[in-house]
Amino acid sequence: MKYLDEFSDPELAGRLLEEIRHTVTQPWGIMEVCGGQTHTIIRNGIDQLLPDGVELIHGPGCPVCVTPLETIDRALAIAARPDVIFCSFGDMIRVPGSSTDLFRIKSEGGDIRIVYSPLDAVKLAQANPNKQVVFFGIGFETTAPANAMTVTLAKQMGLDNFSLLVSHVLVPPAIRAIMDSPSRRVQGFLAAGHVCTVMGMSEYVPLVEQYHVPIVVTGFEPLDVLEGIRRVLVQLEEGRADLENAYPRAVQPEGNPAAQAVVRDVFTTCDRAWRGIGTIPQSGWKLSDAYADFDAELRFEVTDIVAEESGLCRSGEVLQGLIKPFDCEAFGKECTPRMPLGAPMVSSEGACAVYYQFRRIAAPVSA
Amino acid sequence: MCLGVPGRIEEVWEANGTRMATVDFGGVRKEVCLAYVPDVTVGDYTIVHVGFALTKLDEKSALETLELFRSVGLLDEELGVTFDAR
Ligand code: SF4
Repeated sequence: MKYLDEFSDPELAGRLLEEIRHTVTQPWGIMEVCGGQTHTIIRNGIDQLLPDGVELIHGPGCPVCVTPLETIDRALAIAARPDVIFCSFGDMIRVPGSSTDLFRIKSEGGDIRIVYSPLDAVKLAQANPNKQVVFFGIGFETTAPANAMTVTLAKQMGLDNFSLLVSHVLVPPAIRAIMDSPSRRVQGFLAAGHVCTVMGMSEYVPLVEQYHVPIVVTGFEPLDVLEGIRRVLVQLEEGRADLENAYPRAVQPEGNPAAQAVVRDVFTTCDRAWRGIGTIPQSGWKLSDAYADFDAELRFEVTDIVAEESGLCRSGEVLQGLIKPFDCEAFGKECTPRMPLGAPMVSSEGACAVYYQFRRIAAPVSA
Repeated sequence: MCLGVPGRIEEVWEANGTRMATVDFGGVRKEVCLAYVPDVTVGDYTIVHVGFALTKLDEKSALETLELFRSVGLLDEELGVTFDAR
């Protein structure tokens, strides 16, 4: 496939690694925000090929993992209703709520459909006028244009049996929260390339300036990730903190204006709880007043459902890069992808699941 | 879910006033909405998230980036690293 093979060329990767080795003179901590990049890093062993002292810290960039327990419980309450067809991306199906998950509700007779595109949910609403069709709209800025389009279309078509359960999260406020954390070890960031494909780069300028931290917009193939790491390291070694674009084939500085327009029309910024981390101010999107009629939380009156997170799962520390997944006592024992305790074990982009898949053998035995 | 996948646009059509396309992802074909990328056409590469094309892959800068990588690392020395490319 074009632009996939070329950007995982082992020979070029070797050169970039060599260049990185020449660059580094001291230890550094770099966070990749996006779970897709975590996947590339662990799958290819990039973290183990880097010079000693350069540590990659895996950020909270898996939307499945950070969707709050409360929202999952609300989704489950809606999905269990007999009048509802509940549509979700596949990775949400096994995410554990307080007492059940979508998969179990489906096996108990709930009408739960896995969709590839949010548009499929709109089509289902058209085809089933006597059912309420709900789409679980989660994700970062990358899925927002698709999720936003569903209510734009539903409004145009006058579909009163379609609604959206929204739990959108945003990358720049998460970077801010990590920089504000007293325990942070992060000195530079790989920004998620496709988030910038949508939103552009301007939101990162104040972060670079305020925190004097290098941020490099980075792609997802092995060479992209290596180049992002290399550029961050060059900046750190030179004492610079700039915003750079290492993924120009997919990121324009202004992003995608058409997508931004629809997203800004449909969503409005709100405080958002991140599972395992807590509430980050102005870190999410919810439906704007103009689309409140399509808000599933209001339509099905589930806003009074609240939830406490389990004490065993250390996903909050994993998602903030404070511990590695195998430092969690439950990793690979009580918690596996088949029987996940926490969301990072569920999604293929979740740090715990990625480590389980590629690093089980390398995991040190902890007492 | 969150991963964006590059693919090649094979066919473009219109459905209820919205431009749609068949996109080939290395052998797997899917229906994709082009509402956010008005200027792409058949043969272009695009990045798709959950059924929506978000950008046209810029071939020129893809080639430039690869060229940059080739110029990095002065010597073609044996590095002794194994790199698990797909
Ligand atoms: S291994 Fe399981 S229990 Fe431990 S932090 Fe990860 S998801 Fe939570």
